[in-house]
Amino acid sequence: MDNRHNDRLTIEGGVRAAIPHDSARKHVSGEATYTDDIPVPDGTLYAAIGISTHAHARITSLDLVPVASAPGVVAVLTAADVPGHNDVGPILQDETIFADGVVEYAGQSIFAVAARTIEQARRAARRAIVEYERREPVLTIDAALAAERFVLPSRTIRRGNPQASLAAAPHRLRGTLEMGGQDHFYLEGQVALAIPQEDGDMMIYSSTQHPTDVQRQVGRVLGLRVNAVTVEVRRMGGGFGGKESQAALFASVAALLANVTGRPVSLCLDRDDDMIMTGKRHEFHITYDVGFDDDGLIRGIELVMASRCGMSADLSGPVNDRAMFHADNAYYLENVSITSHRLKTNTVSNTAFRGFGGPQGMMGIEWVIDEIARHLGKDPLEVRKRNLYGDTERNVTPYEMTIEDNILHQLIEDLERSSDYQARRAAIHEFNATSPVLKRGIALTPVKFGISFTATHLNQAGALLHVFTDGSVHLNHAGTEMGQGVMTNVAQIVAEELQLDIDRIKITATNTGKVPNTSASAASATTDMNGAAAADAARTIKRRLIDVAVERFRVEPSQVAFRRNEVVIGDRVMPFEELVSLAHAARVQLSATGFYRTPKIHYDAERLRGRPFYYFAYGAAVSEVVIDTLTGEYMFPRVDILHDAGNPINAAIALGQVEGGFIQGMGWLTTEELYWDEEGRLMTHAPSTYKIPACGDTPPDFRVTLLESGQNREDVVYRSKAVGEPPLMLAISTFHAIKDAVASVGDYRLSPRLSAPATPERVLLAVEELRARLAARLVQLQPIEVH
Amino acid sequence: MAQTVRFILGDEIRELTDIDPTMTVLTYLRTVERRTGTKEGCAEGDCGACTVVLGIPDGDRVRYRAVDSCILFVATLDGKQLITVEDLRDRDGSLHPVQQAMVDCHGSQCGFCTPGFVMSLFALYHCELEPSDRRISDVLAGNLCRCTGYRPIIEAARRMYANGNGDRFTAVESAVIEQLRSIQRADTLTLMHGGRTYYAPVSLSTLASLVERHPDARLLSGGTDLGLLVTKQHEDLDTLIYLGDVRELQTVCADGDQIEIGAAATFTDAFDAVADHYPDFGELLRRFGSVQVRNTGTLAGNIATASPIGDSLPALMALDARLVLRRGGTTREVGLDEFFVGYRRTAMQPGEFIERIRIPIHTRRRFAAYKISKRFDQDIASVCAAYSLALDGSTVRDIRIAYGGMAPTPRRARLCEQALAGCPWNEATVEQASHALDRDFAPITDLRASSAYRSLVARNLLRKFQLETTHGAVETRIVVYAEHCHG
Repeated sequence: MDNRHNDRLTIEGGVRAAIPHDSARKHVSGEATYTDDIPVPDGTLYAAIGISTHAHARITSLDLVPVASAPGVVAVLTAADVPGHNDVGPILQDETIFADGVVEYAGQSIFAVAARTIEQARRAARRAIVEYERREPVLTIDAALAAERFVLPSRTIRRGNPQASLAAAPHRLRGTLEMGGQDHFYLEGQVALAIPQEDGDMMIYSSTQHPTDVQRQVGRVLGLRVNAVTVEVRRMGGGFGGKESQAALFASVAALLANVTGRPVSLCLDRDDDMIMTGKRHEFHITYDVGFDDDGLIRGIELVMASRCGMSADLSGPVNDRAMFHADNAYYLENVSITSHRLKTNTVSNTAFRGFGGPQGMMGIEWVIDEIARHLGKDPLEVRKRNLYGDTERNVTPYEMTIEDNILHQLIEDLERSSDYQARRAAIHEFNATSPVLKRGIALTPVKFGISFTATHLNQAGALLHVFTDGSVHLNHAGTEMGQGVMTNVAQIVAEELQLDIDRIKITATNTGKVPNTSASAASATTDMNGAAAADAARTIKRRLIDVAVERFRVEPSQVAFRRNEVVIGDRVMPFEELVSLAHAARVQLSATGFYRTPKIHYDAERLRGRPFYYFAYGAAVSEVVIDTLTGEYMFPRVDILHDAGNPINAAIALGQVEGGFIQGMGWLTTEELYWDEEGRLMTHAPSTYKIPACGDTPPDFRVTLLESGQNREDVVYRSKAVGEPPLMLAISTFHAIKDAVASVGDYRLSPRLSAPATPERVLLAVEELRARLAARLVQLQPIEVH
Repeated sequence: MAQTVRFILGDEIRELTDIDPTMTVLTYLRTVERRTGTKEGCAEGDCGACTVVLGIPDGDRVRYRAVDSCILFVATLDGKQLITVEDLRDRDGSLHPVQQAMVDCHGSQCGFCTPGFVMSLFALYHCELEPSDRRISDVLAGNLCRCTGYRPIIEAARRMYANGNGDRFTAVESAVIEQLRSIQRADTLTLMHGGRTYYAPVSLSTLASLVERHPDARLLSGGTDLGLLVTKQHEDLDTLIYLGDVRELQTVCADGDQIEIGAAATFTDAFDAVADHYPDFGELLRRFGSVQVRNTGTLAGNIATASPIGDSLPALMALDARLVLRRGGTTREVGLDEFFVGYRRTAMQPGEFIERIRIPIHTRRRFAAYKISKRFDQDIASVCAAYSLALDGSTVRDIRIAYGGMAPTPRRARLCEQALAGCPWNEATVEQASHALDRDFAPITDLRASSAYRSLVARNLLRKFQLETTHGAVETRIVVYAEHCHG
């Protein structure tokens, strides 16, 4: 908490104050307005989308007469009715708004309908008569690899001589780790409201992390210039990457219907349609061939990552690049090759999800390290430490970036001590020796996560600041609020810069008309970049005000100081608003833009080399699990986390990101299982069947600490560190704790075969498989009688 | 004959005459009342973003219960008080203690689930003081949050009692009771709207004649299953008969040898009586859906829908529960294991309905129930098992074994039961008999579990039951283990 409130001169809600989220009071009283809560104009129509029931088929006939004649229907649109480009691909133009002849996944949009009520629209959409000529769908990673179907070319990063190192290594292991995808399950589904304006312009309210993308896409779809479309978002009910590129389709459909009817159109997806129609975290198979010495030090490694991208490229290029960039996680891989296959399947196009490929990349190497440890009969933690990046040597990544800010040695040591890891591990082994049914396991895993968009040009942000003559401030920037607290963080930065209590700073909706050409709120860097841009704008205003004071009162600039809601000018003190009024009277501009671009980064996208990241965020977690070896059920009694959020702008918000990110990651690796039937239809498309963590899954003993000495070595705004994505990967410890508990069934002599998500079913089958292998091994050890 | 739905919204009486009885409360709030604080997250009663609280008269008190407004029909509000998140702030704008605790503990991030959490906590606040962490987690199991990881919300639940649990609702409770009394009905509510008819009788005899007269009518109890037909399947439910207002069916009583549960008693109503006699059945009910679902859903509804994965059914079957079926003026009793005749088909005749459920109270049998699901709380079982064992010394006199999730209906494992009868109750015989389960059942593979897992778990649970009945000291349940961790 902020301890400085007693100080009369300390502002309320400045940097380092752990104040509540700016909308907290509105959240708890139901007053926070989300896109579907905006009062709609009279005559607003409601939309629904008709989707494909086949994963791969040619549409042989599309009869929409029953749809058009359904009660309340005003308009029906198909591919033929798109005035501009029938495409919403964010990077490549390979994804239609309405399928044109061929459908490539079950759930693909074919047509849209607008009706007077949402119920009428949804009922009407179900009346379409679509005939398909089925084509064989390619659904799985293995099938796509066999058929060599890719959405993008494969990439490889290589350093040293992995082949030779593998051949020369004293020990060698090969295997494959499989991990599933994850649905974002933001509580607020995809939603857009399009309101036609004069001149054919379009106003869009969209639940999007990327208003500029929605703006460009709607423009392209309608055949309008970008300046004819304005997109606004005050807040989202969660995003997690799922509203980075995915919001554009729904905003485009609403805009098309609004355009053709001349009436406002609201498109609010039902949960099932949302889960069926929108992309998810990429499913990965990671195959490894690793050579190591008796201490577990990796001598050489070859990693092949195959990911299910779905039917189009979407953001799969940068997602898979990031997976490659995190294939090392915290470990120095001297001789290494990392190959990435981006597979095309007849499933929904996978997209950004918190971590953006990083989690999958890390899972691979953490699994490999664990395998090495179990092969050598060592504590996996020992092998992890053995392979960590060095501080001054062994500190260059496979993509040739020198790590300058590594703090993991100390951080892991601190956590190992504070979590009592060694004593608990011993106690667990003791427990397991005498408990026949329940088994416990423990694992400590680290995280090193690169901060910045890998595409260098996206690392820019803008802000717009107005100061009014009563001393109040209007703040706007490119960041979008999805619950991560960016609006609060940036407002605290502006309050600090101007030395104003935070209640003077008006947070306003993100709007493409105020700050243009923005990047998505993504890559964890939203506060880093927009906070810096807003600080830049505030400093501009401050400079102008200082100039006014200097001129008016004949003082040196150094004699002008801003303190809580006041300005000290020489030996006089005046309220902030008084100086502002003087500036206004002197015809000085009280509005400023601010801009920021991340320094130092550069990156050769062709060679996958350079410094794609400004800095790294670090953390580590110890998870303890208890499993039931008769049913595969489990729970986590205790989790300890030590995470480096730098010197956070708002420690309460940072802590919330760490806790929430961890639990979300735990969901990915445990209960969140996506299940498609053999025809490629998603069967887990609602919370009744897709199980994100519930309240009872939070560890009863959950000790989360932000690194007290945290400081960003780079000049990031107020020396904070990005904290949106990195904590998700702390949950890799939960998966490995389960693996450790399963290993106890074989008295730690064999390594379990487990894949993610480790549902109770997978855990029980891993227990059984281990028992069977153990039995087979015992049989082999018996002398064999020869007849 | 009443033709107006009357309820209290906040503190004002609302009277709705021309309204679609199957309009959901959520739609009503958001579109008619323009109260948009209540959110739609799933429209199937699984995420809790739409949670509101119902005030129900209970003697001199108002009983506050959290429910999912997304699958609750507006007609069923009749005679009740509806409280939404907009009602909680004080007149002067200050936050309710529940809301304040959520703010102080940083319990919201994106905020979309928050109104639902606030309402669940509000109901808890009024029902009990200083609940255990375990209880908090039960109460919140029906509210999903994707941002916070729940820790700060749990903290808020602990902290909201800083000044006890009196609030402005407590202060006006007697006035609200008066108001509620003024809108209670003595006769059937009948609503007709757009070709749709809705009846809410208050007496058993009227109900019986209505069902007989409208054999094709849908019987509406808690609506936690039926509501989805409207929100997900967009079905027209032409004739609906609501059981919830029939007082004779709301009773739960346990006399010497049986527990009798009326068809309109909710899971919440039935919980204590069941849990007192069968703690394991209580544990099963605790994990049945969520508080919101248990506050409207009924045991009779769970039976009548005849789902293969109705989580209460194996336990009822193992306990030899019997159903009283009524048609007009006559009743008959059938055993639950004769009730399910096929996938979602029952032995009920047209015009017949479940009046009550009778669960024998066995004192000399060992009973256990297990529910295996992907997520521990608020999930539907992949396999549900229940066992009721009578021993002669250490020999099995008889054992009743029932499983859900293993066949198109919940079913007894007759071959396995036979294999065990007369055998010594030990590891070896159980191990051997468990293989009879593979002849009893040929489970399917679906999104919840594979056939192989289901079969394996079915066998293992029997082994677990044997272990628990003979080696009490061995720890076999993670949930009990978790309690130890709580200290």
